[in-house]
Amino acid sequence: MIAKEKVKELEATARKLRQHIISMTCAAGSGHPGGSLSAADIITVLYFYKMRHNPKDPGWPDRDRFVMSKGHAAPVLYAALAEAGYFPVSYLKTLRKIGSSLQGHVDMLALPGIEMSTGSLGQGLSAANGMALAGRLDKKDYRVYCLLGDGECQEGQVWEAAMTASHYKLDNLTAIVDHNKYQIDGRVEEIKNLQPFAEKWKAFGWQVFSCDGHDFVKLIETLEKAEKFKGKPSVIIAETVKGKGVSFMEERPLDFHGRAPTPEEEKKAVAELCQLEDFEL
Amino acid sequence: MKEWKTAATRDAYGKVLVELGRENKDIVVLDADLSVSTKTALFAKEFPDRFFDLGVAEQDMIGTAAGLATCGKIVFASTFAVFGSGRAWDQLRMSVAYPRLNVKVVVTHAGITTGEDGASHQANEDLAITRALPNLTVVVPADAIETEKVIRAAVKYYGPMYIRLSRPKTSVVYENADYEFKIGKGIVMRSGKDLTIFACGIMVAASLEAAEVLALEGIEARVVNLHTLKPLDKQLIVSCAQETGAVVTAEEHSIIGGLGAAVAEVLVENEPVPMVRVGLKDVFGESGKPEELLIKYGLTAQDIVRAAKVVLGRKK
Repeated sequence: MIAKEKVKELEATARKLRQHIISMTCAAGSGHPGGSLSAADIITVLYFYKMRHNPKDPGWPDRDRFVMSKGHAAPVLYAALAEAGYFPVSYLKTLRKIGSSLQGHVDMLALPGIEMSTGSLGQGLSAANGMALAGRLDKKDYRVYCLLGDGECQEGQVWEAAMTASHYKLDNLTAIVDHNKYQIDGRVEEIKNLQPFAEKWKAFGWQVFSCDGHDFVKLIETLEKAEKFKGKPSVIIAETVKGKGVSFMEERPLDFHGRAPTPEEEKKAVAELCQLEDFEL
Repeated sequence: MKEWKTAATRDAYGKVLVELGRENKDIVVLDADLSVSTKTALFAKEFPDRFFDLGVAEQDMIGTAAGLATCGKIVFASTFAVFGSGRAWDQLRMSVAYPRLNVKVVVTHAGITTGEDGASHQANEDLAITRALPNLTVVVPADAIETEKVIRAAVKYYGPMYIRLSRPKTSVVYENADYEFKIGKGIVMRSGKDLTIFACGIMVAASLEAAEVLALEGIEARVVNLHTLKPLDKQLIVSCAQETGAVVTAEEHSIIGGLGAAVAEVLVENEPVPMVRVGLKDVFGESGKPEELLIKYGLTAQDIVRAAKVVLGRKK
């Protein structure tokens, strides 16, 4: 059982990541805040609790790997890498600016800590499979995590990769779907329905878990269950809210899929995300 | 016409891959349900642990190759040229070329000589679409001997490559392997001062035949094996144009975007000289025997001879 203090600490970290997401996309004047906010708690658990990684040695061969298949959620990953110490937090303001390592979609050559370049949806799970296969060949015990969007699962390659992972019994791989229910054009179920979603993954040979993607205790428990499961790859369908943590983004998720907050909206959002305990008195 | 020894480039690939697999444990090979045809089955048999068949899923194969490469593997991924270039182009772009990963996409069944399978399986546009990708090295070996050299060079070279091979047995233009092969360095196969024929792949043999025919008429054609389309040997192209004043290109590919286009781009900006491209003239192929198709679609030594005469007529 995870300690209460640790949960509080993770909550505070997630709030920081969310503030960074708001500020950096506002400063950039573009970007994808909605799907970054929905993934913020998942990313927090991975980078500040679950994953074995070392900001001082990003190429450490034994590290766990994280593939951001929904590459447009770059801001949340940049925020996590900065908070973890891969680079200074002040650098986040360069997001999407010319010459910056913080490309609009993640670029593994530009930034240490990024395991795979993504942005064209549907490709990350194949790469994650490759990393998992390499881990097996090299007899290493690292784990590979891959975060997918729900809309992204309309891409055919996701299901090619799903077959590969189950065929090769990649139990050193956990896929997580950020199931925030919205894609650019509307609600996923209206644009092109994924349901029955869990059954699809099951039919493709995966061990399927689902949990509240904003509940740290549940997320950690589910990740640990997935890790213990042998003989099959695991997927966690994380039920999330697009724009999570910012009231007006949660209310209008479609407006904030691919639009940055204005400076006024930024102020409002950051005010909502701040808690007294975040300030050292 | 010259009688050549023949050998299939894909056979050479399969054989050298096994040898390299013994030498280098980091080599991993992927295929997409065509391992018997691409000859990666030979590697699969000897190194089952380092071979993965991804089934009929080329996009997934290229993505998986990228993931393996991030962990230090030297990954060879094989399928037919149409699929390795076209079907998985975005994966090649996004997951391999952009992150500059050490993936070697070695395709077989390129060009019209794929033959009986027809237009769906004849990649005549692959060089155009792969050449456009930054970071990607594009090589078309002239024969089976050169194929072995290219594959060996590919293991030593860090970075993504697209290597294009054929289905049928093709003419062996090198007497032996005793010559220097360098990625990006064209090879003068025959000297001449009246015009230069730049060729790649099976058209190197056809160009050498054409040069012999031209020689009977007193025309001295220089023949250059431009095996690497990218990075292109610009210096050699420019100096040949300067020295011979006329250029013919010959490729088993569309005249749009491939070797001819690459040479034209260099010449137009540096040394404009009269030029004619021999290749498929913006059409799809059809079923037929390779040698029949080469004739019907204008890819023979005679077509190169004709092109040479046309270009010489325009030479100042």
